Amino acid sequence: MIEKLQLYLEIPFVRYALIVGVLIALCSSLLGVTLVLKRFSFIGDGLSHVAFGAMAIAAVLNLSNDMLLVMPLTILCAVLLLRTGQHTVIKGDAAIAMLSVGALGFGYLIMNIFSTSSNLSGDVCTTLFGSMSILTLRPAEVRLCIIFSILVVIVFVLFYNKMFAVTFDEDFSRASGMKVGLYNLIIAVVTAVIIVLAMNLVGSLLISALVIFPALSAMRLFKNFLSVTICSVVLSVFCAFTGIVISILAGTPVGSTIVAMDAGVFFICWIIGRVKGGK
Amino acid sequence: MALLEVRDLSLGYDSHTIIEGLNFSVNAGDHLCIVGENGAGKSTLMKTLLHLKEPMGGQILYGDGLSRNEVGYLPQQTPVQRDFPASVYEIVLSGNQGRCGWRPFYSKEDRTRALEAMERLGITELKKRCYRELSGGQQQRVLLARALCATRRLLLLDEPVSGLDPKVTVEMYELIAELNKSGITIIAITHDILAALRYASHILHIGEEVFFGTRDEYAASDEGQYFLKKRGGPA
Repeated sequence: MIEKLQLYLEIPFVRYALIVGVLIALCSSLLGVTLVLKRFSFIGDGLSHVAFGAMAIAAVLNLSNDMLLVMPLTILCAVLLLRTGQHTVIKGDAAIAMLSVGALGFGYLIMNIFSTSSNLSGDVCTTLFGSMSILTLRPAEVRLCIIFSILVVIVFVLFYNKMFAVTFDEDFSRASGMKVGLYNLIIAVVTAVIIVLAMNLVGSLLISALVIFPALSAMRLFKNFLSVTICSVVLSVFCAFTGIVISILAGTPVGSTIVAMDAGVFFICWIIGRVKGGK
Repeated sequence: MALLEVRDLSLGYDSHTIIEGLNFSVNAGDHLCIVGENGAGKSTLMKTLLHLKEPMGGQILYGDGLSRNEVGYLPQQTPVQRDFPASVYEIVLSGNQGRCGWRPFYSKEDRTRALEAMERLGITELKKRCYRELSGGQQQRVLLARALCATRRLLLLDEPVSGLDPKVTVEMYELIAELNKSGITIIAITHDILAALRYASHILHIGEEVFFGTRDEYAASDEGQYFLKKRGGPA
């Protein structure tokens, strides 16, 4: 089995897939803790559907690099969702549901009407579940992914303390003169970037898993913010790496294998947390 | 001039006015208790003083060179905080953010200040403990320490003793009185008129009748008398 793995690792696109997979797992888990604690996890879900719609438009327009369209559109929606969500919770909720289902429906419609591809359901399935698209990455896409990942990590490190303060207590932060609106905006934009990146790996339906599972797993085990963040990154990278390797060896779909790993790790962490914490 | 002066303030939400023509001022070293029935607008008033809400009319003036990011706030606890994985030190340290501006990391001075605030409130040994596992009284002390990181001059407390048992409540009141004696001006919302009469220097009663004055004036006023009788005698 190890020989088979070595053989595969010599193939460039397998290496690309591993690099991209690990980077995406790292980025998505960084913000996961904040999103879960801020009760923003549903925004991630909504944005991933928006990204699907944008992807459909890009596919129809036959863009050579669909990220150029998908990224700005998703960021725009993230900003809009945050604006509506700030006033009342229910309105924000409904807006997200509307936008995400709308994008999903229109995306499929557009693909159906305008698509020139002979394998339509295959295309849709790829966009929704990621399928094997990660194994067909081109060097340009890998480079783009690396650049965005580095940006996400830099932004996260620079704003880590501010995100903590804003996540823990918005009112206090605003009262002490912090620019809470701006930091929420940064969180939304970074979330959008991560979701678009992660779409390549697990497809739009499974992205939330990548964002939420590692954070929830880490929260079972650790009790301060820094450890939880670091632990969720470690778990996420581990799951993505082993998930990709397993999927290559066993021929299973990449996205769902990673998500299955994440879910399994969450279950283990939950048991450890129960045993250790006694509640 | 006064540390904080409120002139002809109107409060409310969605074009529905709760309070009109409110006037009062707070001088350095005062301990003002805001009392009143539920829904009288106590929390709204505090949020407006903190610039979290826009007033519907009137003015709030900060004097004595007090700037906006020199105000410490003790909010009521939110549901998010109850299962938040954070250590006591992380939370207290975050009180320094107001002064950080664009600086991404905490300075040595910020850290010292956080440690001092924890020392002052007697929670130094809880430094590494997880916030959500603390008792209600300990959690309030952590949030108060965070507020002390944000200010050395003015603290605004929103029901600092809500949900605490009687013994811890008294400890909390004593602690606040001690902070006040050390020169920090306090504005606190409370339900407990007897405690207000005991610890406050000034009282603002809002509701159908508005009263503002010193503690003794309040005790002698109609509103004060009414509540004192109802609660069964003076403090």
